[in-house]
Parts: sequence; C-alpha cells; structure tokens
Amino acid sequence: MEYVIVIVALAILALVAGGVVLLRRPGGRRLPPPAAPPVRTGTVTEEAGEAGSIATAPVDTVAPEIELPPPSAGRLVRLRARLAQSQNAFGKALLAVLSRDALDDDAWDELEDTLITADVGVVPARQVVDDLRNKVKVLGSRDPAQVRELLKQELIAQIGPDLNRALHTTPHADGKPAVIMVVGVNGTGKTTTCGKLGRVLVGDGRTVLLGAADTFRAAAADQLVTWGTRVGAEVVRGPEGSDPASVAFEAVKQGIDTGVDVVIVDTAGRLHTKTGLMDELGKVKRVVEKQADVDEVLLVLDATTGQNGLTQARIFAEVVNVTGIVLTKLDGTAKGGIVIAVQRELGVPVKLVGLGEGPDDLAPFEPEAFVDAILGD
Amino acid sequence: MFETLSDRLTTVFSSLRTKGKLSESDINATAREIRIALLEADVALPVVKEFIERVKERARGAEVSQALNPAQQVVKIVNDELIEILGGETRRVRYAKTAPTVIMLAGLQGTGKTTLAGKLARWFKAEGHAPLLVACDLQRPNAVQQIQVLGERAGVAVYAPEPGNGIGDPVGVARRSIDFARNAQHDVVIVDTAGRLGVDQEMMRQAADIRDAVRPDEILFVVDAMIGQDAVTTAQAFLDGVGFDGVVLTKLDGDARGGAALSVRHITGRPIMFASTGEKLEDFDVFHPDRMAGRILDMGDILTLIEQAEKAFDTDQAAKMTSKFASGEDFTLEDFLEQMMMIRKLGPIGNLLGMLPGMGQMRQQIDQIDEKDLDRVAAIIRSMTPFERSNPKALNGSRRERIARGSGVSVGEVGALVTRFFDAQKMMRAMAGGMGIPGMPGTRRKVVKAAKPKKGKQRSGDPRKRALQGHVETEIPALPPTLGGGLPGGMPGQLPPGFQMPDLGDLQGRKKK
Repeated sequence: MEYVIVIVALAILALVAGGVVLLRRPGGRRLPPPAAPPVRTGTVTEEAGEAGSIATAPVDTVAPEIELPPPSAGRLVRLRARLAQSQNAFGKALLAVLSRDALDDDAWDELEDTLITADVGVVPARQVVDDLRNKVKVLGSRDPAQVRELLKQELIAQIGPDLNRALHTTPHADGKPAVIMVVGVNGTGKTTTCGKLGRVLVGDGRTVLLGAADTFRAAAADQLVTWGTRVGAEVVRGPEGSDPASVAFEAVKQGIDTGVDVVIVDTAGRLHTKTGLMDELGKVKRVVEKQADVDEVLLVLDATTGQNGLTQARIFAEVVNVTGIVLTKLDGTAKGGIVIAVQRELGVPVKLVGLGEGPDDLAPFEPEAFVDAILGD
Repeated sequence: MFETLSDRLTTVFSSLRTKGKLSESDINATAREIRIALLEADVALPVVKEFIERVKERARGAEVSQALNPAQQVVKIVNDELIEILGGETRRVRYAKTAPTVIMLAGLQGTGKTTLAGKLARWFKAEGHAPLLVACDLQRPNAVQQIQVLGERAGVAVYAPEPGNGIGDPVGVARRSIDFARNAQHDVVIVDTAGRLGVDQEMMRQAADIRDAVRPDEILFVVDAMIGQDAVTTAQAFLDGVGFDGVVLTKLDGDARGGAALSVRHITGRPIMFASTGEKLEDFDVFHPDRMAGRILDMGDILTLIEQAEKAFDTDQAAKMTSKFASGEDFTLEDFLEQMMMIRKLGPIGNLLGMLPGMGQMRQQIDQIDEKDLDRVAAIIRSMTPFERSNPKALNGSRRERIARGSGVSVGEVGALVTRFFDAQKMMRAMAGGMGIPGMPGTRRKVVKAAKPKKGKQRSGDPRKRALQGHVETEIPALPPTLGGGLPGGMPGQLPPGFQMPDLGDLQGRKKK
C-alpha cells in the first residue's frame, strides 16, 4: 500500500510546493544556481591581491625533490603520446571523412557520428558539425588539411581556450594554507587524484597535508596514507564512519597550525542523486570555510562517463561550487568528450587530466594539446 | 534535462494523430528521434544503428493496431525490442559440479569490483553457501585492506596472503586460493582482480593468466551504468582478452540512463546477471530487463520509485498515512509536513517527479523546483500553531501575517500555500472516496469527475505496459476540473496535463493486486 501513498504524496507535494515556486517566480525571480565563473574570478583577484603572483600552474614548474617526479615537459609529451595511442582511431576516422573528394551529407553525418562516439553528446556534436559546415561553405575550401584545421579551431573553441586553468595553490597572505577539496561520484579516482596532486605539489617544493575525509569506503583513508607516506606528506584521518566534516575541519586546522602551504581534502565518492550525501558534502565545505577559504573544489570525472557526466557536474556545481574538473582515466580507449559538453554548459574548466595508474600520471590540461591528440596529430 | 522519448515522438506524430497506420515517412521521422534518445542514454552508436534498423523492420511489418496511435505503437515496438535484447536469456549462476565454484570479477578501474565482491559474498552466504573472497587486486593502494574490511562486514572469509600496493603476484595468489578454499571447505570462491584498461596488453595478459590459474565457472564483467560510448570498445577488449560469461551493471542508483547495458549485451551477447544499486552490501539484486528498458527510454520509473520509497519509509508512518487515506479522514497540514519530510528522504524532488511517467512536459518546471522551496514551505508550516496546522480554515488575516513574519515570507506566499493545500485536501478526499470502493462509482462523484473514466479502462497486469498506458493518459490535454480550479488561471499546464491521472490509475491498478 505504501506505493499508493508515495505517489499521492508526491502529487500533493508537487501541487503545494510547486505552486509556491511558481508563485514566487514572477515576482522576485531567483537566479539559477550560482554560476561558477564569476565566483571563481573573485577568488582569483582576491588571491592576486594577497599573494602577489597568482597561481602559476604549479604543475608547470615541477622541481623534483622527494621522489623525483618527472618534469612537466615530459608529462605533456606523455599526454600526447598516450592520447595519440588511445585516440588514434578517432583521429583517423575524422581524417578519412575529411579527405574525401566531395564532402556530401553522408560525410558530414559521419563526422557527427565520430564526435558522438567520443561522448561529445548529440547536441554539441551537431553544433560543431553545423558550424564547421557553414565555415567550409563560406570559405569554399575543399582542402582536407584546411578543413581539419577549421575543425581543430572549432573544437578548441568549444573547449574554451581562454578559461583560467590555473590551480590556486599559493598559501594566503595571512599564512593560511590554500585548501583544495576533491569531490566526485564513486570510482572516478578521487583518492588517486589527491595522491597524485599531493605529489605534484610536493615536487613543486610546497608542503602538503592530506585530509582523508572519505570515512565511508573501506580502507579509503589507508589508501591516502599510502600516497602520503610515499611523498612524505602528513595525512589527517578519522575513524571509519566518523563525520567527514570533522575530519576535514581537523585537517585544515592542523594545516594552519603546522603552517603547510596546501591542504588537500579527499571526500567520499557519492552519487549526485543522493541528497543526504550531497548535503553532507555541502557541510564539509561549509565547515572547512569556518577556518580558511576553500580555494579549489575539483570535480573528478571519469573519461569513460557518458552523458550522465553533465548531470553530475551540474549537481556538484550547485552543491559545492566546483571550480575545476579533473578528467581521469584518459589513458584508456575513452575519449572524454563529455568535457566539451560540461565546459559548454557550466563554464567550469578542466584543469588536470589523469593518464594512468602511475604516481606521476597527472598533467595540466591544455586544450590545444588535447584537441591535437584527439585529431591524431 | 532532456525530453523523454515519448514526448518527442508525441510531437512528431501530433500532426498525424488520426492516422492509424505507420507510413514509411512516419517510421523515418520516428527513427531519428529514437536515435537521439538512445544516444543520449549512452547507447553506443553502432548498436543504435543496428537497433534502429531492427525497429524499422518491425514497424514496417507491424499490424495496424486499433488501440494505439502511431507514436504509442512505435514506442511499444522499441520497448519490446529492448526488453527482448536485454532480457533474452537471463540465467542463474552456474555452480561447479565439484566444489569450489569459482567466480572471477573483471572490469575497468573504479567500476566497483571490490565492492561487488563483498556484495556477492554476502549474497552467496545468504543463499547458504560458504564463500571465500580472494584479494587479487594487488595494484591499487590498499585494495587488499578494503576487501578485508568488506569480508568482515559480510562475515565472510578473505584470502589475502599478499600485502598489495604493487607487491605480490596476483596469479600466484589466485592459484593458491583454490587449494585454500578446498581445504577450508569453501564452496564458492570470488576472485577480485585489479581494474585494468582494455588497451593495457600486459594487464590483460595478467587477467588471462589468473583465469587460467583458477579456471572460473563464471567470469563476470563489471561495468558502470554511467559509462558512455566507450562501453563497446571496453566490452570487446575484455571479451577478447579474458572472455566473460555474464555482466554486472553497477551504480544503478544514480540517474544515468544506462544505455551501456544495451551496448554490452548487444555487442557481446552475454547476459546481464546482476544489478548493483548502492554502497551498502545489501544493495544488490538480479537484473530486471523491463525496468532497464523503461529507464533507457526514460519512460518514467514508477517501480524504482516505489522500491526506494519502501526502503526509506518507516512502516509505522506509512501505515498511519494509509489509514488516513483509506478512512478519508481529513488531511491536515501536520500530515502534509510529515509526508513532505518522508519524501525528501527519497532524494532530490526533481528526480522523484521525473520518475513519474509523463512528467517530461513539465521538466522545465521540475527543474525550477528547488529543495530550498520545500524548506520554505516547511518553515511556513512550522510557524503555525498546532491548532492552525490541524485547522487550516482558522487561518485568518492576522494569523497569516504572524506566520509570514515567523517564517520570513510574504503574506501572499502563506495564502498561496493555504489555498493550494485546500486543493490538495480536496484531491485527497476525492481519492479516498474512489479508493474506498474500488470499481464502483465513488460517492464523491462530482469531485472525482476527471478520474472516473480511468477506472473503467483496462489496466494491464504488466508493469511496463501499464507504464505505457500511463503515457497514453498523459496525452489528455484538458486539465481535470479538480486540479484546474486550483491553479492560477494564467498559468495553464504548469502541472502536466493529466498530472494525477497516472497516479490515480496506478492507485487503482496496484490496489487490485
């Protein structure tokens, strides 16, 4: 009998609450969930004022100290090599289509299909192809190389090359550490990303403290401790099942006390549909903010994720105001095209990419290199 | 938020509503919409193409149905076809003739293999077996600890001789585990392996070596319901690399539409055996093809909604509500508040409403409903005295003003809530009336006017058909008078046409079960 109640109750709830919503709308139209970009810019300028030199992407200047993480140049080369390896087929297919004598409707459809296969999504794929088609028409170009160049420009434009992709990891002027929170759904590689990021920052000569606020998954804290000890970063953890917000608070507190540069807070994976867990995440952030500003909230997205990635990003952005995306598992066959849709929709830039299980397989994201690799350069 | 397939198809066919037959052009127009719907559900492109061909084929030869309009006819074909593919051959776990039965898990990183191993162990234990968990993921830091903790939680033995974190030989562990199981009288061995990429030759070889070492009776490929177009490549790579006999779909408790299920099934021909729907060890079930079909098509998922509700609601509350509904007793604001709190436990309100079939047309509105608005409603009600809550009629101007001040809203909002509540109350009474004597004209006939015709309609016993019918009904454009009266005249359609119709229909249909 309960189901009857659920349905009736929902109906009534929708009727009563929905009505209130509708009534409110014409008057004080509330803004849609806080758009990420303006807030982010705020942080940037604020930091610029405080810390002088803002956020030179730390990953760019890796000076190996503890476990000799390879220099960033090597990373980018590897990014290209790895992407080329996994995405060659995609690039080839594009090239095959583009090098035909006549670009007929079928060819364009095929091009669209190729983009869809990269998880770009139906709507963005169509838009890219339509734009490209118009440009080709206007320019009257038939040369595959030229069309390819246009496609590259088009894809780069979709990814948004001028977004600020720097990570804010400079400690604040008042001596408080920069705080980075890592969030995402289950199994995308949050803990691994925390570990790798900590490593990169240590390599960069910063002192790092890791907060294991994933108190839910069995042995998650142990996993982080393993990462931490490898690079000599301290890890703050709580007992399993304890309140993640308190662990995060403790981590930041200890970070302030010991005067580290960066505190990285790992959180438990949670599906964006679980309100309770999302509320908990909001609480973690609020609690941390009692002591220090949260400089970066990084959403970890798995490159294999399909169209659901967009919903994930949207909901996480609403709850904790995501400032950047880490695209992991790009070393597989997945193309991670969902990034295009996510950036388009939310304006949140991809800041880092994960390229494998190795401890140094984390690199800064560069739109041009990414697109080059997609196109099989 | 995307529109549902049925909504799209309804638009496509709106001009041809009267035609009772599918023409070639109808089919083509439909095929395009189905294609987009499937792609948005992450069904892999090659699979979509083949699938569409099959649907077209069937649609062409389809008998003209008198009962369904073209849109419904196509949706039905698509749905049937999906169920056929997804559920073609469901089967149970094959147990080995001589114990132990060995089950090996394989998949990409982060799909939930280790968690699934724990769930499987618990499941086998509940079935009366003595499972053994084997920690062959020596790659990921502390995967071994994780499986030990899971084993402890499930009350199952764990074989983990190696510390992990990159140390130890998984193949050796796997080989020795079989003897260990034999000696310790375990009749089921679950081998958890490290996550690996399809393109990683070395790791795939290792998986194949583990396979050869333990000769599993079942290899389960674990795939995340959120996976996109890559599902095909990955599934194929695993099929070639290690081979698998069955598929487990994980993270189905999210809102991903799970087109991967179709892709993997179609490409590999291997059945989907289990579905994993949460982080707790008991969130694990056999796979329901019909629900998955509805989910891929985004046809609303009443059944899942109900299941979630059954999990979240406490039985006392539910029983209280039931008696309240059945007796037709007056529904007070207090009850409403309680109900709202119960519902909020289920998840984001937008998601819940989205699960009701036919809500596609009001997706915009659903998106507008914010959890904060519910908080506001709760605040308004909490600012009332107990007397006011049970007698909302007593809310005069000055009381309303006080409440508005107490809850920080305008008097108008309080007024609107109260008006709306009266409408809801009316609806409740109407339902109670109809429910009290099912199948007979309700005593409050005037109020239930709109709901009445539904009762006569035949209800399919099959849930998915019923879901389809639910859709049919949502196409009724006129607002039922009960509801229509309660809505501001200037904003028609903010509740979807026939909004409560499917609910009422379900009420009836389910009640009779």
